[in-house]
Amino acid sequence: MNARRARIIAPWLIGVAAAVWIVAQANYVTDLSAFLPAKPTPLQKQLVDQLRNGPASRLILIALEDDESQVRAHVSLGMAQRLRNDSEFSNVDNGEPVSAERDRDFLFQHRYLLSNAVTAQRFSAAGLRTAIEETIENLATSTGLMLKSLVPHDPTGEMLHIIDELARTQGPRTQNGVWVSADGARTLLVAQTAAAGSDTDAQERDLDAIRTAFRASVTATTGSAASAMQLRMSGPGVFAVAARAKIKRAATRLSVVSSLLVIGVLLSVYRSIAALILGLLPVATGALFGIAAVALGFGAVHGITLGFGITLIGESVDYSIYFFIQSLRRDALGSASGSWQRLFWPTIRLGMLTSVCGFASLLPSGFPGLAQLGLYSISGLIAAAMVTRFVLPVLLPPGFKIRDVTPLGEWLGRHRDSVRRFDGVAVAGAACALAIIALSVLYRQHATLWNRELSSLSPVSLRDQRYDATLRSDLGAANVLDLIIVGGPSLEAVLRGAERAKVPLQSLVDAGTIGEFDSPADYLPSLATQQNRRSSLPDRRVLQDNVRAAAAGLDLQADQLSPFIDDVEAARQGALVTVQDLHGTSLAAGFGALILHQSDHWNALLPLHAVNGAATPDIDVDRVTAALGAAHLQDTHVLDLKDQTDALYASYLQEAIRLSLCGFALILLLLLFALRSPLRVARVLAPLVLAVLAVAAGLAVCGQQLTILHLVGMLLIVAVGSNYALFFDDAGTKQRDETSPLTLASLGIANLSTVIGFGLLSFSQVPVLEALGETVAPGAFLALVFSAVLTSRPPPAAASADTADA
Amino acid sequence: MSMTLHLPSICFAVLISVAADAAADDLDDVMHALAGRRHGEVSFVEQQFLSLLKKPVVSSGELIYDAPDRLQKRTLEPHPESLLLSGNVLTVERSHHSHVLELQSYPQVLPYIESIRATLAGDRTALERIFRLQFSGNLAHWTLVLVPLDAQIAKAVAEVRIEGAKSDLLEVQIRQADGDRSLMTLHAPVGQ
Repeated sequence: MNARRARIIAPWLIGVAAAVWIVAQANYVTDLSAFLPAKPTPLQKQLVDQLRNGPASRLILIALEDDESQVRAHVSLGMAQRLRNDSEFSNVDNGEPVSAERDRDFLFQHRYLLSNAVTAQRFSAAGLRTAIEETIENLATSTGLMLKSLVPHDPTGEMLHIIDELARTQGPRTQNGVWVSADGARTLLVAQTAAAGSDTDAQERDLDAIRTAFRASVTATTGSAASAMQLRMSGPGVFAVAARAKIKRAATRLSVVSSLLVIGVLLSVYRSIAALILGLLPVATGALFGIAAVALGFGAVHGITLGFGITLIGESVDYSIYFFIQSLRRDALGSASGSWQRLFWPTIRLGMLTSVCGFASLLPSGFPGLAQLGLYSISGLIAAAMVTRFVLPVLLPPGFKIRDVTPLGEWLGRHRDSVRRFDGVAVAGAACALAIIALSVLYRQHATLWNRELSSLSPVSLRDQRYDATLRSDLGAANVLDLIIVGGPSLEAVLRGAERAKVPLQSLVDAGTIGEFDSPADYLPSLATQQNRRSSLPDRRVLQDNVRAAAAGLDLQADQLSPFIDDVEAARQGALVTVQDLHGTSLAAGFGALILHQSDHWNALLPLHAVNGAATPDIDVDRVTAALGAAHLQDTHVLDLKDQTDALYASYLQEAIRLSLCGFALILLLLLFALRSPLRVARVLAPLVLAVLAVAAGLAVCGQQLTILHLVGMLLIVAVGSNYALFFDDAGTKQRDETSPLTLASLGIANLSTVIGFGLLSFSQVPVLEALGETVAPGAFLALVFSAVLTSRPPPAAASADTADA
Repeated sequence: MSMTLHLPSICFAVLISVAADAAADDLDDVMHALAGRRHGEVSFVEQQFLSLLKKPVVSSGELIYDAPDRLQKRTLEPHPESLLLSGNVLTVERSHHSHVLELQSYPQVLPYIESIRATLAGDRTALERIFRLQFSGNLAHWTLVLVPLDAQIAKAVAEVRIEGAKSDLLEVQIRQADGDRSLMTLHAPVGQ
């Protein structure tokens, strides 16, 4: 006996140790990538890059509220200064003209390479004349006196032209030298983190750094840390950090509470600490093996997969319940009636295999979160079932006993019997009627039944999303949801692409389809373009002649323009502008935000701005796509982040529905093979299908749109419920008079623990957990009730009716 | 004895203080008169004399003032442009572009526009924050010369010279440190 025990326990312990080692070594990721495709198309890849590393993902919008605007301005200045000294932030902007002088010097020095007005024609005698006339007219405006010092150097007005181009998009309002919202109620800052938005740990550190800078600045400004001033932050990183904390909090709290409740139920049933501890072994082993399998199979474990670990408890705890309670029956009947392994294990095994079939359908999903959940559940369930079957029996201490729960089973049996007293035809009719009602509800709402927006899974509250939108409009930030992406093998290639895209985009601006657009080429033209401009500048002698000819008859003295002639000659001889030249100017940050570089691939981003004051802030993406398509630009795409992510999610949903139906077909085949009777298969599946339909219809009636997690919940209903139906079916076909009271008790207790666990989830504020809870808790309960009524062997008189119903 | 010896100096002191009071009184009278006006609209012609150009550039338009702190300079010819100073915010609109600036971030603009607005408002305190004031004349016809206090501003603008009669401004001349100047002549629009 001892050798046999060792042969079983040793491999189990070795397996557990290996799993612990893998779990400890595994790489855990908490970013959005659980929701992003595993094998992306090029466009999807760019989408993923954007969401994970794009400049938009690195922005933290900061607002200071309450207190006087003067005080807020001081705090803003203090915070910006502190954060600018922190290498974790690549840029901090609060409206201060920190590098205005350097910006001006840079633009002025390179004006003949940066201005898109520079052509050979402009420097001919006629071109110069037109440009100089315009400059003289400009002198007649109020700003003329201030600008006149520029004229001898820049009579063609290139500097003003560049500034006008860069200032096409209006920044926020300034008050007391810093940015404020249009109503002046909020002081605004924008920080760009050095770390990617998907690096939630780094984002959390950065948020803490901002809070620290805020407190320090408040103390420095007001002389005390106590202030009415509020710090509020928003942005993708803020949301990611908040979501993670929220899920962690909810998952921890709920699993503690539900574990305590389930433990309480089990303790009151078993009256045995040993049974309780032994009963948790399959659960713990299953969870360990599940995570280890995911780590091995996927290389990294998504945090969200761990979050769903709680769901596994729902079914794996059942196994040990069945084992302990049904073992009592063997004791009651005497060992002659056969061991638990012979009597009940085949049924549990079939139930387990049914669940595995259901979850296996998730494996091929392109949604990494779902595929991981599938693998996790399969390995976890198999491990839990194996531990129950092989390890628990040998671990039972001699004289192990739990309380006899026969009275509970008899009580449940009386309830079941009272329902079954109804005529079989009536029961079958009621079941059919329920199915028809549910189906008609679902059919009537089929258009709005599924929520196809990824945000339906987002734990970010609507209030926070609105606040984010408010800050974005305060800042006049580009609509970062719509952008043009130009890809290429080098910076030069994507800058040229951005320059080519400017033509169709400008026509869209003129047509009023979009308000404006940003382009990295506005900050730094491609070398080719710069070269063109440089070579269009005439040499000194020609320019002198042209200036003389142009000035003849104008009010400008030609001899005043010798600085101009020197500067043009310097530009002609000078080097082209490179990224290094941008360094130290505020343009560097603007440029950096619009360029993405990953190994050998470059992307230029051209964010689109909606038309100012438009009724809807949405951009007609189809028209933008059409305009770009007509221009035949290479490797240039319109990316509508919201539409694309929603489309992606909708495709997952579609795929998940299809896969779940495949899983259902697989379950059907398995049961046909195992039970070898279509009638029995129908009797087993009818209550489960009915439970799923009833829950789906119930949610629809309550106005709850279904998400991918509801679908997973339905799979769980089938997984958990199949055990119930199989037990009732088994008891019926083996010609035992009735499902024994002990079996009934074990089902009742297993069901109670499932309903407690998932019922608590439905109170969660996290949409993914809530969806699972509100599906599985009622579904599991209904599956038990329907199984008890429909599957358990009815009195002989109703047998024919039962057949009809099946 | 001692009394007679001291008498002339006392008389001198009294004389000086009377003269100073007269000038101060006149400035206060003008300021008071100006402050009494809630709204004003005049047309202007502005000539800029720049050493760069052979002849002055001329622009014209209208100046609209609403007490206490809103001044709009609308240039109509030759290039339409609007300069609106309201409170602390300067909005420049020009060929579809609009720029919003905060006055205190651009102190170099102050002599060009705050000089006129603060004068129209009769706000002596505001003027004295930025300029040293030299007043001559009396309420019927006065000249106010404003010299920037800030050295940085003084590098660009030597002085702003405003001429007026009672609560009307007649002429604003801005003299730059390099000798260039602009001369703005104000007229009540036809019909007023």
